[in-house]
Amino acid sequence: MDTPTPARSVGAVTPQRATFSEPLQLRCGRSIAGYELVYETYGSLNADRSNAILVCHALNASHHVAGFYANDPDNVGWWDNIIGPGKPVDTDRFFVIGVNNLGGCFGSTGPMSIDPATGRPYGASFPLVTVEDWVAAQARLADHLGIERFAAVMGGSLGAMQSLSWTRQFPDRLGHALVIACAPNLSAQNIAFNEVARQAILTDPEFHGGDYYAHGATPVRGLRVARMVGHITYLSDDAMASKFGRQLRNGSIGYGFEPEFQIESYLRYQGGKFAEYFDANTYLRITKALDYFDPAFESGGDLAKALATARAAFLVVSFTTDWRFAPERSREIVQALLRNQLDVTYGEIDAPHGHDAFLLDDPRYHALVRAYLERIDAEVAGGVR
Amino acid sequence: MKGPRADFAVIAGRIGRQAKVLDLGCGDGSLLRHLRESLGVRGYGIEIDDAKIPACVRNGINVLQMDLESGLSGFDPGSFDYVVLSLTLQAMKNSEHILSEMLRVGREGIVSFPNFGYWRNRIQLALGRMPVNGEFPYHWYDTPNIHLCTLTDFEAFCAAQRIRILERVVLHEGREVTALPNLRGSLAVYRFGSGNG
Repeated sequence: MDTPTPARSVGAVTPQRATFSEPLQLRCGRSIAGYELVYETYGSLNADRSNAILVCHALNASHHVAGFYANDPDNVGWWDNIIGPGKPVDTDRFFVIGVNNLGGCFGSTGPMSIDPATGRPYGASFPLVTVEDWVAAQARLADHLGIERFAAVMGGSLGAMQSLSWTRQFPDRLGHALVIACAPNLSAQNIAFNEVARQAILTDPEFHGGDYYAHGATPVRGLRVARMVGHITYLSDDAMASKFGRQLRNGSIGYGFEPEFQIESYLRYQGGKFAEYFDANTYLRITKALDYFDPAFESGGDLAKALATARAAFLVVSFTTDWRFAPERSREIVQALLRNQLDVTYGEIDAPHGHDAFLLDDPRYHALVRAYLERIDAEVAGGVR
Repeated sequence: MKGPRADFAVIAGRIGRQAKVLDLGCGDGSLLRHLRESLGVRGYGIEIDDAKIPACVRNGINVLQMDLESGLSGFDPGSFDYVVLSLTLQAMKNSEHILSEMLRVGREGIVSFPNFGYWRNRIQLALGRMPVNGEFPYHWYDTPNIHLCTLTDFEAFCAAQRIRILERVVLHEGREVTALPNLRGSLAVYRFGSGNG
């Protein structure tokens, strides 16, 4: 096993901005005339530009993947436990890029941005973007950074769907895909949860059909409920039981509707915090992107056929208690890769935390990612493509 | 088991260049690595142990963390030239099922296991104790080995299951044993295929 290396941070980081003036054709049929993407980078690009790793974010995250901001030291990147000097994704070896996706609410062009055609926020008029659209936009960012081919593209959950999509859309532009806590598409149950979340937002009186910015309003209640629903699905039953059980906040039942159980107050807190910083229009669009993702759809449900053009080597990881994207779903991906005789390593980590496990630092999970990234590093150093 | 795995060389000697190989219970992946480096084999390993998965990755092999006890349902029929089960059969619950799964997924199977009929085991048993020795380093209370057999047992089983034995190599301390193998051999390697071939 690995000798644990002291966990270090990439330090203070500064987001950067790339502007794209060429229109991007979207899957929905519409196109976006021009857009900006906010991104961060850690480590340095080597001379032959072969050590770049793209990190794709999931539902509620951003380009701020590692490190912290000098003026906000508590704002630590969402995957800081795995990315940094000496960490499994070692920034002493790799040039790591985090990007806020198109349609996001952390600085990249999205529903909150001003539509140059009207001078007002896009709001409801911002198109529904898909995983494929995000990947297409990410490829343009790669062009902008002079990266022809990524050593790896990695992500968890919805981020993993993007790395999977990379292998189909740009098979020659990545060496490895890290597909963590993923599913080849959403189940009816997954879509159902997303629909509950959307209904919470869409029926909030402050939503104003999506043009709430003009009304100086925010559908805070809808966002809160949406986040609460989502949060339930990220945790396992056992993790919730061990963290909260039936604990009461004040030791006794009060026969009212104020939060009494710890889990209630936890969900309200999470929902409230989320509603302060996340944009409802972005949330709606990201849940739709999740629902629509289905690479096998065009091949009649045959995922192997959908991945027939893939050239990457894969690391697929699932977590046994993840009931949102259960291990069986990852095994479907593995089976499709086997049918195409692609290189694949599959780890099924017996972690208790549910879907959220991909964000936590389970030692078995991190040891696997570390070993896999060492292999990529050796390939990069040896000039293997 | 001690020392470098004596069965590896025998297994490697049965596998053709560039073959597609599935190694069940692949451990740290050293067999597959050896097969890849010496024969250009294209392989995948299956292993359940968390600690061994990163070791496989370091050995540069494709490893899939799965439980063999639930069969090989993720693999298509005939998708491999060889399916290898080295020193794992005796520790499996579903020994019977895995052999048929090996022949569903692969053209041929190669299995190795410690021979319980080896004379030293017989003497230890005759003296009233469960065997503990080089091939069986465990005590009765801590052994993972639950389905031990002799060469004769295995061959009878194959006959009953319509599994055709194509080749048998019996070893002791790395050397082939030809005379009285069920008595003098401590390790057996069998290559087998479907009965009606």
